[in-house]
Parts: sequence; structure tokens; C-alpha cells
Amino acid sequence: MAGSLLTLLFVLVFNFFLFRIVQKDPIGSLFRGRNVPQAVIDNLREAFGLDQPLLTQFFLYMRETFSLNFGVSYQSRQPVWDEIVAAIPATVALVGVSAILSAVIGTALGIVAAWRRNTWKDHGITSGTMLFYSMPDFWLGMILLVGLAVVVPLFPVGGIVDAGSTTTGLARLLEQTYHMALPAFTLTLAYLGEYTLVTRSSLLDVMGEDYLTVARAKGLRDKLVRNRHAVPNALLPVITLAAINFGFVLSGAIAVEAVFSWPGLGKATADAIRGPDLPMLQGLFLLFSAAVIFFNLVADLTYGFLDPRVEDI
Amino acid sequence: MTSIAMQRRKATAGRVWRQFRSSRQGMIGLSVLAVFVIVALAAPLLADIRELNPVFARAQGNPQWASPDQFGPLGTDYIRRSVWAQFVWGSRVSLFVGLAATVLTIFIGSVVGIVSGFIGGKTDGALMRLTEWFLVIPFLPLAIVLASILGRSVWNIIFVIGITSWPSTARLVRAQVLTVKQRLFVDRARSLGAGGGHIVGHHILPNVSGLILANATLAVPISILTETSLSFLGLGDPGAASWGKTLEEAFVNGAMVRNAWWYFLPAGLGILAVVLAFTLIGRTLEEIANPRLSGR
Repeated sequence: MAGSLLTLLFVLVFNFFLFRIVQKDPIGSLFRGRNVPQAVIDNLREAFGLDQPLLTQFFLYMRETFSLNFGVSYQSRQPVWDEIVAAIPATVALVGVSAILSAVIGTALGIVAAWRRNTWKDHGITSGTMLFYSMPDFWLGMILLVGLAVVVPLFPVGGIVDAGSTTTGLARLLEQTYHMALPAFTLTLAYLGEYTLVTRSSLLDVMGEDYLTVARAKGLRDKLVRNRHAVPNALLPVITLAAINFGFVLSGAIAVEAVFSWPGLGKATADAIRGPDLPMLQGLFLLFSAAVIFFNLVADLTYGFLDPRVEDI
Repeated sequence: MTSIAMQRRKATAGRVWRQFRSSRQGMIGLSVLAVFVIVALAAPLLADIRELNPVFARAQGNPQWASPDQFGPLGTDYIRRSVWAQFVWGSRVSLFVGLAATVLTIFIGSVVGIVSGFIGGKTDGALMRLTEWFLVIPFLPLAIVLASILGRSVWNIIFVIGITSWPSTARLVRAQVLTVKQRLFVDRARSLGAGGGHIVGHHILPNVSGLILANATLAVPISILTETSLSFLGLGDPGAASWGKTLEEAFVNGAMVRNAWWYFLPAGLGILAVVLAFTLIGRTLEEIANPRLSGR
């Protein structure tokens, strides 16, 4: 707990230095070469507290950060926090669904692969998941988009609803789900390999244990041995992996969201890079880091709860 | 180094190579990688670098958006450049960035891991805290932020990948150093009056180098995929077109809506093949270093 807070503090300090020291003249980059009277620049410098000593600047920054004031986006001229909050639901829906699907399917595939080790099923699953694991996720998205939305127009090419759509209520929800299908499929395929490999490896470890021999000697059927005795003991690393991956739900689909023009945090990041819209990038980076730190804490706590041998962390 | 130690190391290398050669996945990985290294090295023989220049391509009379059967071998893009030339020359940039970033990653990770594990105490505590912090900060967003601030160049990308991906190496190396440090030959060297530098150089390093090598091979795919993502998001070097940059330009200029598959398939397949090759080689090396893993 204390460790997590310390990590968060580290991220805040890091963020401060990253954007204020490396980027020597924030006001100058705000106008990017346009001719602006010196008085205006001085005024802004004062307004942002840039004429203050470094330590004062740091406290100003901390105060603003904790009141969720990340400044104004260069591109939209709206407060960064409002922009971010507006983009959160789309990302949570897309990446959340993909994270759950990939965890469930990936783990199931891993169990089959380990239990039927060195059969064609195992080889097929292992090499298939390795293949998807080795390609850039956005490239997989590009191929699926061309195949299933351009050549065979089964799915929409992008966005969260059709352009100019006026649907409401349930119809809108259905329309959004339909638009989400292809990006969610892409992310599920891209993520599940990790679960398959971890589950398989962990289950193979367990399969040598004596208690499985005992369970078999008792006369339990193969399926019961697997589901009651082997799998529960092999799931611990998988659960940790899932908890850690959930921390990446907010930041996990930057390029894929860009490919499918999915209006979430990832696309906001991709757009901010093009600017570059530094206040936006800074806000997004802080949010992404906070999410990861929070879910790491959750992972640690669950781990201790599921495996009492892990002492207080 | 004494000739006995030399001989022993030669013998070890020979044994590792024999074991590697008998692994099918390892040899497949190595052959695929060899093909791409040859393509990258022989780029000037395979494609004219001037083909990357839109002015030259126009003067040549290249057609625009030509498919492979209209303009061999891989068609042209939105500004009439040969996609084959982009593929060949892009392999150089992608492989170079992937390898250079890995060298940096492994260097930082190994130094931190060895110093931390060997010195121990407060130094270890502080370095491990730092490692933990870097491990927690989401990797791609951090790389994006750094690359946005530093600007778009090959060297910045290498620096960014190196500075963001060393922590897992550091942890692994530290753990290995801690076990090697307990071994009898280290005590023996110390009681014979050897200093810290000698022990690290002659006893610790040779015993962790196998692990470092396996780890490096598995770090290359991550470096290459990160470079691809950064380039795709528009942070690539405008002057050195990597495979990721090709994918970005294809995407931004509407290759997908045109179904110009010849524009974005080759670069992605190249990345896939190289990443897979390094993964296969890395897994084989890992199995040799740790036989318990074989069959995984």
C-alpha cells in the first residue's frame, strides 16, 4: 500500500520533470513560432507560475494535479480532464471486453494444450497463439479491417456509430456493439497468446505433482482430476497476469483504437502525438500510470489472499 | 585468461552450439533470421535506394498505387515509390533499431542487476526500488511521451526503448548474480585476495552471460514491436523508413480503403517473421540454459 503511494509519487515527480525541464520553454512551444508580443508571453509565464523557483513550481503542479487540473488541450481548447473523461467509457468497454474474452479463451486453450501435451492439438494451439503474439496488434487490425470491412463488407470500417447516426436507446447500444465487434476481435486475438502460454506452462508444472497421482489412484476420472485438482492449483500465475493486464485496460489499445477510429483514450493519445498536444499527453500518461499502479496493488492483494504462503506484501 | 579457462569456455560454446543445432525450432528461427540479415546487408544489390525518393519515382514514370502485377515485384504506393524498395531498405532500419535498442536495454539491465546483486545492502535497495518504479510505469505510454518530447530520430527511438525496457533484465540478472555469489569459487577467489572488479569480471560475468544472452534474444522482439508501434503512431524518423513507418504511411494514406494489400502486407509479414525468429532462438537458448524448461 505504502509502496504503491510511493510509486505514484515517483510518477508525479517524474512527470513534472519530464514536461517542465526537458521541454525548456512550454510557453514558446504553445505558440510554436507564431509572432506574439513579449508582454503576452510574460503574462502567461506568470499565470503558469513559470517565473517561480523550481520547488514552488513543483508544489503548484502538485496542487493542480490533485485538483485534476491538467491544463487546456492545444487541439480542442477544452480542459484536458474533460476530454479524458469523455474518452474513458469507449476504451473501458472495448478493452475491458477484449481483456475478459482473451483471459477466458486464452486460459481454456492453455489448459487443453497442457493436458494434451505434444499432441497435434497442443502444437496447433501453441504455434497459433505464438503467431498472433508475434505480430503488431494494429497490423492484425488492419488486415481484419480490410478483410472483413472492405473486401467483404460485414462490419463497419470504424468509429463507434455510423456517421450522422441518430439512433437512441437500445438501437444505439446495438449499433455501438456492432462497431465494437471488429476491434474487440482484434484485441482478443492479440492478447490471448500470453494467457495460453502462461497457463500451459503453469499447468505443466503442476502435472508432475504427487497429488494428481493420488487423485488418479483414487479412481477419479481424467476430467475431474483436471478440473478439481490440477487447474485450480495452476491458475495463480494466470490470475496475477490478468490483474496486471487489467491495469493496462486504459492504455492497452493505443494503435488499435487509432486503426478503427475508436473514440477512446488510445485514439486520444494517437491524436495528441500528431499535435503534439503536450498537456493532453501529460494527462493521459498520468492516468495510464495511476491505473497500472492501482491494479498492481489489487494483484498483490489478491495474490496474498489466494495463496496464503505469500506473506504480507 | 589462462589457457585452461579458455579451453573450457570453448568447450562450453561448442556444447551449446551442438545442443542448439539439434533443436528444430532453434534452427528454423536462425535460418529465418539469416535470410533477413542477408536482405538487410545486401539492400543496395536488391533495390535502388533512389526508389525511396518520390521525385525519382515520378521521373522514372512509375505508376501510382500499382498492384504487383502492374509493377513488380510488390507494386507502388501513393507517391509512386516501389514497395519492394521500401521493404528491403526498411528491413535495415527495423533490424538496426531492434538490435541497438536491445544492446542498450541489456547493457543498462545487466549493469544495474550486477551492481545491485553484487554490492547488496543499501545500493541494492535503492536500485531495486528504481527498477520497480520503471517496471510499473506503463511502457508504451512512457515511450510515447519520451519520444514526443525528444523528437523524431532513429537514435531517440533507440534511447527511448532502451531506457524504458531494462527493468525486467535487471531483475533477472540480479537474481542470478545472487545465486552465483553464494558459490564456493567466489569465496575461494576472495580468500585468495581477489578484488570486487576481478570477481565480477572473471567469476560473476561468465556465469551470468548465458542468461544475459537468452534474455537479449527475447528482448529483440519487444524492441522491434515497440519501434513498430512508435513509428506507426507517427514518432518514427522521417529520414529512415522502417517497416513501422511503411505501415504508418500506408494507413494514413488510405491503403486499407483501397485494398492496396501489397502496401501493408510485406512490412507486417517482415516484422512477424523477424519477431518469430528471435522468439524461437531465444526459447531454444533458454531451454539449453535451463533444461527444466524443455518441452514447454
